[in-house]
Amino acid sequence: MTETIDNAVFVLASALRLAVPLLLACLAGLWSERSGVVDIGLEGKMLGAAFAAGAAAAVTGNAWVGLAAGVAASVALGLVHGYASIDQRGNQIVSGTAINMIAVGLTALLGAAWFGQGGRTPPLEGAARFQPIALPGADAAAAIPVLGPIYRSLISGQDALTWLALAAAPLTAFVLYRTRFGLRLRAVGENPAAVDTAGISVRALRYAGVVICGALCGVAGAYLSVAQAAGFLPQMTAGKGFIALAALVFAKWRPGAALATCFLFGLLDAAAIRLQGVELPLVGQVPVQAIQALPYLLTVVLLAGFIGRAIPPRASGVPYVKER
Amino acid sequence: MAPAIELVGVDKRFGAVHANRNIDLVVEAGSIHGIVGENGAGKSTLMSILYGFYEADAGEIRIDGASRRIRSSRDAIAAGIGMVHQHFMLVEPLSVLDNVMLGAEGGALLAQGAAATRARLAELGRAYGLAIDPDATVGDLPVGLQQRVEILKALVRGARILILDEPTAVLTPAEADQLFEMLRALRAEGKTVILITHKLREIMAVTDRVSVMRRGEMVAHFDTARTSAQELASAMVGRPVLLKVDKTPAAPGEIALAAEGLVARDRSGVARVDHVSLSLRVGEIVGVAGVSGNGQSELLLALAGIAHPQEGRITLGGRDVTRLSPAALRKLGLAHVPEDRHHMGLVLPFEENESALLGYQDDPAYGSGPLLDRDAVRADARVKIRAYDVQPPDCLLKTANFSGGNQQKIVLAREMERDPNVLIVGQPTRGVDIGAIEFIHKRLIAMRDAGAAILLVSVELDEIMALSDRILVMCGGRITGERRAADTNAQELGLLMAGVTEKAA
Ligand SMILES: Nc1ncnc2c1ncn2[C@@H]1O[C@H](COP(=O)(O)OP(=O)(O)OP(=O)(O)O)[C@@H](O)[C@H]1O
Ligand SMILES: [Mg+2]
Repeated sequence: MTETIDNAVFVLASALRLAVPLLLACLAGLWSERSGVVDIGLEGKMLGAAFAAGAAAAVTGNAWVGLAAGVAASVALGLVHGYASIDQRGNQIVSGTAINMIAVGLTALLGAAWFGQGGRTPPLEGAARFQPIALPGADAAAAIPVLGPIYRSLISGQDALTWLALAAAPLTAFVLYRTRFGLRLRAVGENPAAVDTAGISVRALRYAGVVICGALCGVAGAYLSVAQAAGFLPQMTAGKGFIALAALVFAKWRPGAALATCFLFGLLDAAAIRLQGVELPLVGQVPVQAIQALPYLLTVVLLAGFIGRAIPPRASGVPYVKER
Repeated sequence: MAPAIELVGVDKRFGAVHANRNIDLVVEAGSIHGIVGENGAGKSTLMSILYGFYEADAGEIRIDGASRRIRSSRDAIAAGIGMVHQHFMLVEPLSVLDNVMLGAEGGALLAQGAAATRARLAELGRAYGLAIDPDATVGDLPVGLQQRVEILKALVRGARILILDEPTAVLTPAEADQLFEMLRALRAEGKTVILITHKLREIMAVTDRVSVMRRGEMVAHFDTARTSAQELASAMVGRPVLLKVDKTPAAPGEIALAAEGLVARDRSGVARVDHVSLSLRVGEIVGVAGVSGNGQSELLLALAGIAHPQEGRITLGGRDVTRLSPAALRKLGLAHVPEDRHHMGLVLPFEENESALLGYQDDPAYGSGPLLDRDAVRADARVKIRAYDVQPPDCLLKTANFSGGNQQKIVLAREMERDPNVLIVGQPTRGVDIGAIEFIHKRLIAMRDAGAAILLVSVELDEIMALSDRILVMCGGRITGERRAADTNAQELGLLMAGVTEKAA
């Protein structure tokens, strides 16, 4: 009994760890696409941020400086995408792809040039890394059945960025649905002409969406290199930016659903790790790749029939042009 | 008192198109001022400049006598101007309340302004007969109510000058009358209204003054009381126009298209077309009259093969075509002019010549095998542009860049110029200027006389009565009456449209 609970808590905790960067990136994409700018450059921004955060934390020995550097790098990449999409009215898929490629190349190049460790940043220790925050009474509570282990190993012991990510979802929902800015942002992603004729700047709103997207991707990247791992590894995002996009579609561009979806995807990922090499009755050894592909498969299958049509913000991906 | 609006020397080009040339206009405060002009004359452009949507290349705008720089809609709203655009500026997935609040939220948190806006909506609803459910999703509302939302948006922002760009194009006659009542009420309060419309009857009925535009220029101003529809029409088109259709009695032949017991249900299972039977003969025009939303649209879709009916049978020249696709029907000589050109008739980002080809791309005249013969396609497009006087006459321009009425002509030219045996037309003259209406009406009669069978669906009762040989009235998805056009009148049809049954009428 205690063992199953311990096992479950262990899987849930690792699901949470895996879900955090997904959630941050997914919310980032939500802000951008709700404003009408399609962003397939989440992956690249996360990678750039992970590198900048890892490098800054290693140099200064301060995790928070690392976070700031990660956010700054990601926002800078976001502004490049914003300039191409909003001011130059370029193709947003092309621009996003370019960001992804630039990020891979640049992080490898700068990593090798600055640190000479095969593209890694130096390992982080102590204050250079976000540490688990132990909540009061965590160890004492462990004796309480069921709730004890949950409190000790799941709720206590999370780092600051995890809490930030968990707060970001309700915060996004609040801003989006309860504030003036949120209303305008939702409107501009659906029909920019309506926003324009209401006397509001389409350009400023879309830049705001892109900057918030950049900032959240920055936190996601910093989480990877300064909280989850102890330093930056080349290509350490490993497609998380794309899974986040799948999660965004799955969640139909809604923050609450994004939270649930990312946790589900994190759970699948955790299960994949758990199931590595395990023999299941009838099936035999499950190939890891099969489980890793599950989020994508699930998105496609469920979208195809079960959860109804996911309709993107109508104006997303379309530059706002008045005079042709 | 200084005029509410004075435009001096306003000039605007879109690339090669000179949409407004050196326009002068004076609109007196507390008046209803009409603007008429052919499709593409530049009416919407001029009003959009006044509203700050476009910036003029040159010229001056004076509001209440003072020169104002209007660089964005924000400036225009601040100057007390509100505008209901020809194509609505609404955010469809949002609620009525959200749409009204957008840009006038009354605080950083929506909750701060929501109650006040609700109260204001209720108040305006009572004062002007503009009642609406603030929590309804705008995209689910019928167009008449969507327009109401647009008007409310302007009023909530405290507009003293209200611009309405072809508001009646989407309204039934009764709704239009209600709108005019509201405009008169606004005028009585000292507000100023600018009304764009193609319907001279409306100009004569509500305006105080009227200005006429042609090909980007302001060509004449009239006091409504001292002019006539005929004079306005001539000023608009630059030549005398026939406001009545000339036609000889029809000589109907055998049945070309017949429907028996058609039932078309919507997704929630409601029968939008409810056991409709009709027949259409060679050499006649059958009009389908009705208040919009009574199943005419669904009937058109069923007959054109776009949405197959759940029950019933359709025959074309005696052959069962109930489940054929639109492409197959087209090959059998059935052409369809859809009601909504934006959603179904055109691909807006395509060049004009491509839009003029849609649906007929397999025709050997446009190339052989998988390849299109570009020169043939363009040559054909140019012929149609000339025949229908599409402005500007450039077949390489994107479809989106034509004015609404000219887009309509592109669709009509495509479907009508192929001399189909059976033509199904929905709202053929929606948003089209009177010169073009005259032309389209003549063309439809000529097709009839050449032996085509034509089914005409229109919310314009005048149009139905002018063109049809037989008239079917639809109400609540059923055909509630049939009349020979020669033996009926607007009152009787109006009663049938309102659902008063055959016997009572
Ligand atoms: N955004 C735009 N970009 C380029 N050209 C435009 C644009 N808007 C209008 N035009 C062109 O300017 C001219 C005037 O168009 P406008 O829409 O003002 O005409 P209109 O008088 O309102 O016609 P309608 O009665 O058909 O609505 C047309 O030739 C049109 O093709
Ligand atoms: Mg117009």
